Amino acid sequence: MQTKKQNKRLLWWSIPLIAVLGITLYGCPSQQNLAGSSDAAQKVYVAPGEHDEFYGLFSGGYSGQLTTYGLPSGRHLYTIPVFSQAPVSGYGYSEETKPMLQTTHGFIPWDDAHHPELSQTDGVPDGRWVFINANNTPRVARIDLGNFQTAEIIEIPNAAGNHASPFVTVNTEYISAATRFSVPMDENTLENEDVAISSYAENFKGTLSFIKIGEEGEMSIDFQILVPGFNYDLSHAGKGPSEDWAFFTSYNTEEAHTLLEVNASRNDKDFIAAVNWRRAAELVANGEGREIPAEHYRNYIDHDEHRAKSELIETVTVLDPTENPGIIYYLPTPKSPHGVDVDPSGRYIVGGGKLSSVLPVHSFEKMIQAIENEDFEGEVDGIPVLNYDSVIQAEVENAGIGTLHTEFDGNGYAYTTAFISSEIVKWSLETFEVVDRIDTYYSPGHLMIPGGDSRQPAGKYLVALNKITKDRYLPTGPELFHSAQLIDISGDKMELLLDFPTDGEPHYAQGIAADIVKERQVRFYPLEENNHPDAVKSEADTRVVREGNEVHVYMTTIRSHFAPDNIEGIQVGDKVYFHVTNLEQDWDVPHGFAMLGAQNAELLVMPGETRTLTWEPKKVGVFPFYCTDFCSALHQEMQGYVRVSPSGSDVPISYGTGD
Amino acid sequence: MKKTGKYIMAIAALLLGFVFITPIWTIDMEAPQYPEGIGMEISINKIEGKSKQDLQNINGLNHYIGMKPITPESIPELKIMPWIFGFLIVSGLGIAVWGNRTALLFWIILFILLAIAGLVDFYLWGYDYGHNLDPNAAIKIPGMTYQPPLIGSKQLLNINATSLPGFGFYVSLLSMGLATYVYWRSKPDTK
Repeated sequence: MQTKKQNKRLLWWSIPLIAVLGITLYGCPSQQNLAGSSDAAQKVYVAPGEHDEFYGLFSGGYSGQLTTYGLPSGRHLYTIPVFSQAPVSGYGYSEETKPMLQTTHGFIPWDDAHHPELSQTDGVPDGRWVFINANNTPRVARIDLGNFQTAEIIEIPNAAGNHASPFVTVNTEYISAATRFSVPMDENTLENEDVAISSYAENFKGTLSFIKIGEEGEMSIDFQILVPGFNYDLSHAGKGPSEDWAFFTSYNTEEAHTLLEVNASRNDKDFIAAVNWRRAAELVANGEGREIPAEHYRNYIDHDEHRAKSELIETVTVLDPTENPGIIYYLPTPKSPHGVDVDPSGRYIVGGGKLSSVLPVHSFEKMIQAIENEDFEGEVDGIPVLNYDSVIQAEVENAGIGTLHTEFDGNGYAYTTAFISSEIVKWSLETFEVVDRIDTYYSPGHLMIPGGDSRQPAGKYLVALNKITKDRYLPTGPELFHSAQLIDISGDKMELLLDFPTDGEPHYAQGIAADIVKERQVRFYPLEENNHPDAVKSEADTRVVREGNEVHVYMTTIRSHFAPDNIEGIQVGDKVYFHVTNLEQDWDVPHGFAMLGAQNAELLVMPGETRTLTWEPKKVGVFPFYCTDFCSALHQEMQGYVRVSPSGSDVPISYGTGD
Repeated sequence: MKKTGKYIMAIAALLLGFVFITPIWTIDMEAPQYPEGIGMEISINKIEGKSKQDLQNINGLNHYIGMKPITPESIPELKIMPWIFGFLIVSGLGIAVWGNRTALLFWIILFILLAIAGLVDFYLWGYDYGHNLDPNAAIKIPGMTYQPPLIGSKQLLNINATSLPGFGFYVSLLSMGLATYVYWRSKPDTK
């Protein structure tokens, strides 16, 4: 119980606090570098029926999915199910998609997806695929931008917390993966071990993985590089002169295993690891490296059969830098760097010095010079550490507090997010001086300029991906969507154009000119190319077949009925497989399938596709199923019944659509 | 017939070859649900969707009003018409070689009669599809029939159907015109 006196004291204490808050939060809207609001409105106005100029592909963070927005309007176009089950379509519930989420830990229904990265040709996004990492149970997914569906997921063995992933090399030869949380690894097999956590310094290791991308996009882990047990944070491949290299930031070079917020923030400098992936790949191709057992799954859509398959891969090749000198060097970089970004020319490597007062910019040319001169200030576990003063090009002063990530506009400027000072800072790649800054609301993590991490950025818009939303929109209780801000960067001064909420927690994002992706779009799947073994191509072939306790219903949908729509002879204790083929051959005519009492989800079946839902009836009676997607004027009539008899009943299997 | 006339007549006959590769009639449909439109192309030997799947989708829509599905294999005219045009081409070429003006006149009259018969036949098919509806259709509007126009546009519920001659039809007209020109310019046959 508080006394009156205490209350009074509290009140007095709060006055200076209110004054401080008042000053810091003073008149937010009026201080925003907002283009004249009608001007801004015009710039983001995409008339009804018109299309946006860019696709924005935003990671869903803890939603595990990838969300698609139109830019500059901020329209939410679609959410691509990737690492999380999606009852909305049956992804991860249907028999055809369940294998996509298979891992050596079993079926994993969720993950934390951070960094989308478009495939590139000649250092420019080409619109074929977008890759995205799973941070929690280490995996990488490939999404086909022809149909906006996840086409492949590969598990990363010998890793924990796949954060520095999946960044592409200039011709999508490789994408990266890495260990965020180092873990104990057996010296020979790299297998995780049952050891004391306090033996971190002795036993814990990390790996940097290079995933090879085949002609059709198929992924395979070409090699892993064994590295000291730091936390590897982010990555970007080089381009132009640096295109044979990939860069990874690290923190926790202190090798702390508890209270990292303090214990991993002590060193003045951590490292950016520069990996000569070309050389490493050549070594592996020449038989260097050690093949070790490392079971991991590769799950992929068999495009012929329209369904996912899982393949267990037994081994992986490991390169030890101590045995293969010249593949990796450490660039000292101030204070737990977060992002590592390479400018469009490929000459500069920008580290996000999260806890640093300056933004360090390394020179690739100087790095090569230092390597040639063996200008090392030491080594860590056999990895040479280059001399900081020899590789640094500039330290950008006054670049904000808590600098995280940098993107480029292709016109000689870089844009860096500052989390703590909640702003984006524009600086020159010539003078390395700040030329403009703009507040964001609030605390940006990543930022995205379409093509902004490629050789050819489209320096028109910038999207700030903010971590804190607070008062930006109508409140929705304690949990708020994250906020994105669209900023016009076409002029000298950055101008805030638009504010929009985003689904999940977007970390990184990618943007690409809409035309490149639009022309690849699939509208429906030709029925004659559907080679799913359980597909039925016409109503005449629909049937119900009992195989012991399993009952297979081969069913079709077309506006506005199911065939068959009356099914009898099912018994309690059966496992019923509804194999539903959508006979439609028309754009945007999916049919849904929902079965009362099914303990999974619905099916949303695209035209020409076959999807399978299982149902294990628990009760006797007659139960309806129906179409969940408002397909036609007679959608409400699109329904059917299943009669469930007691176990052992003599009601025979029968089915049909009447006479 | 002079030499030029014979050549022109040969061209007139050969032009009819186009009807084997281009449609003679088209029906375009617009509806709110089909912003890009769907349509049918009617050739002498087949009926196809403008896009590959259009015919299936048109039949899908038509089943709601009880219209019979348009199945090209059940329309005998599509089997007869190639022979008719084949005959016109061969006989036309024969007349070009022979140069007989009276035969040319018969050819032209036959062509015109066949064309009229074709249009009447097309109208009758349209009438049949538009009027003989399944009494159990989901959508029944008293007094409403769904015959597409022979030529021009008509609003049928949510669909605006536009029926127009296709390239093959115009080529046929040109062929007919050229033949008539040859007939008109040539002197009467001498015995």
